[in-house]
Amino acid sequence: MNKKLSQRIAFMIFRILGLMVVGILFWILGFIVYNGIGVISWEFIFSAPTNGMTSGGIFPAIVGTLCLVVGSMIFAFPLGIMSAIYTNEYAGNSWVVRFIRIMTNNLASIPSIVFGLFGMALFVNTLGFGDSILAGSLTLGLLVLPLVIRTTEEALKAVPNSYRTGSLALGATKLQTIRKVVLPAAFPNITTGLILSIGRVSGETAPILFTAAAYFLPKLPSGIFDQVMALPYHLYVIVTSGTDIEASRPMAYGTALVLIFIVLLMNILAMFIRRFFNKKLKTN
Amino acid sequence: MKRIKRILERTIESILTVSGAVTSIAILLIVIFLFKEGLGLFKSPSVEKGYSLYVNSKNTVNDLDVEDIKHIYDSEVENWKELGGRDQEIKIFRFEEIFNIYSDEELGKDYSLLPEKLGEVIIQNPNIIAYLPQQYAPTDIQGVKALPSKDISIGDFFGGREWMPTATPSPLFGVLPLILGTLIVSIIAILIALPLGLGVAIYLSELAGERTRKLMKPTIELLAGIPSVVYGFFGLVVLVPIVQKVFGLSVGETAFTGSLILAIMALPTIITVAEDALRNTPRDMREASLALGATQWQTIYKVVIPYSASGISAAVVLGIGRAMGETMAVLMVTGNAAVMPHSLFEPVRTIPATIAAELGEAPAGGAHYQSLFLLGCILFVITMIVSITAEVISKKQLNKGV
Repeated sequence: MNKKLSQRIAFMIFRILGLMVVGILFWILGFIVYNGIGVISWEFIFSAPTNGMTSGGIFPAIVGTLCLVVGSMIFAFPLGIMSAIYTNEYAGNSWVVRFIRIMTNNLASIPSIVFGLFGMALFVNTLGFGDSILAGSLTLGLLVLPLVIRTTEEALKAVPNSYRTGSLALGATKLQTIRKVVLPAAFPNITTGLILSIGRVSGETAPILFTAAAYFLPKLPSGIFDQVMALPYHLYVIVTSGTDIEASRPMAYGTALVLIFIVLLMNILAMFIRRFFNKKLKTN
Repeated sequence: MKRIKRILERTIESILTVSGAVTSIAILLIVIFLFKEGLGLFKSPSVEKGYSLYVNSKNTVNDLDVEDIKHIYDSEVENWKELGGRDQEIKIFRFEEIFNIYSDEELGKDYSLLPEKLGEVIIQNPNIIAYLPQQYAPTDIQGVKALPSKDISIGDFFGGREWMPTATPSPLFGVLPLILGTLIVSIIAILIALPLGLGVAIYLSELAGERTRKLMKPTIELLAGIPSVVYGFFGLVVLVPIVQKVFGLSVGETAFTGSLILAIMALPTIITVAEDALRNTPRDMREASLALGATQWQTIYKVVIPYSASGISAAVVLGIGRAMGETMAVLMVTGNAAVMPHSLFEPVRTIPATIAAELGEAPAGGAHYQSLFLLGCILFVITMIVSITAEVISKKQLNKGV
């Protein structure tokens, strides 16, 4: 009797906790969507901030974030994929691979502000890039490298070994096998890494604080050595240190909504691709 | 033709090999640059570069440590007697005051007579302490004594209880309040998040049906995907007023608010890792327990949870690591007061928040800049320890599964 009752109570609590976590997500999302949706308009998306960032739009910040995303992907994506190909296809299961995996895990666990410090020391000061798209992109690229490597490795692992042995048996070299058989099969899953990285990069603030982000710029960037505004930093600025924090509140809600939209869209997209193609690989 | 192809193939393979090491190289570079800048702090003089402190040579005090200098300039110490000198009131002399005593003509062309005049002032006042740029310093003048400038010591940094990096003449880099702030905020966060996260993990792995799982897992992933500035914004606009009202505080930006937002942010990590550990429990163990007449709940807390204890502790460790390194959200809701924390309901300052808030204003290469890099080093070392610990713990769990 008592056993059953305590079980029922415990399970009820777990169920409530489960609901609570979902509730928290919807609370945060609902809060931002509810307050931000009224702000969104063509003008908000496609014009620059005016009146000390209390009105106008966020176009320069969107462009800036786009530049940083593209820049960091150009750097991290090829490098990450090559690294994953090496560990998964070439290195076997030696201590080298174990070492590399540990290092990748460690890199992933370093806080983003430390990447910011490092980017400032190396790219901004030592290499003399200054606060620029280039410095910011390299810093962000390094930050998402472990994510790219991990998703690519998983994608490569999901390719059945029979694909490889089949291709090798037909006389293809190892590189040909990878290029013509393994990579095409793994490609959809590899793109989830790209998409997740885009989501991650567009939301990061701490790494670009001192490497790329500008408080306010009326102009759009014209080259890779220009400073840019960026969505997450813009949100931080108008929430904490804008010229008139109260007046720029609606702008903040709008910016948060755009930011969250981009980030969650990427996450959801990646989830669907993974689900869809994993089924396909299995049924093959 | 075939030969060229083979060479090409070799080249590509070696490029792949090199890129395999890219993360290791990145970590190596991070270590080098962080520590190079950070350790420079211990070679910086404790007063600002290019400045020195001068006293009358009759003064029996021969050197002052950082705390003493601060006390003098804060007027907490007003007599040389307290520092081991003669019974004289301390007279603070600032460089600008020289222009009130002497006219520009008296100081000569291009201020060439400035050092001499400064020397005169110091000789006339036996109780004086003067903070002067070395460029105009009254060196080689009898009756003037420069206090030796000491380097900032490791003890000053790790044992100091005050963080005042912009104080003049001698900034204070006591890191204790920041370390304590970081620890308090993240440990409370985990204490909040652990029961919640563990509960959800149990629900997901033991109770929920396949469909609920398929809906809830992505939800949790999305929670992990929300950028930290957005969490910070949410915390600032929603949680801060709630905390202020519920606990009747004058400001809502407290350590506790930071813990709350961090708890939410750490939830996905804790849930995912703990759930993996719970699912790792072999089926026969569960079935044996059930066959002995235990209820499902008894099986969970007497068999499944003890079995996956190491996996759950890995979740805790990883959660703490995440929380300690979190920057933006904490920066926005904890109120940023770099003082020794006395209660949960006071503003605090964490290590990452300090870096984010101050690096922009610290001139590159200066002591302040270096001190922030050293904070980065501390953070780096902590996260390395956390990550390795978690790895060791979860390896234990894996071995159990075999």
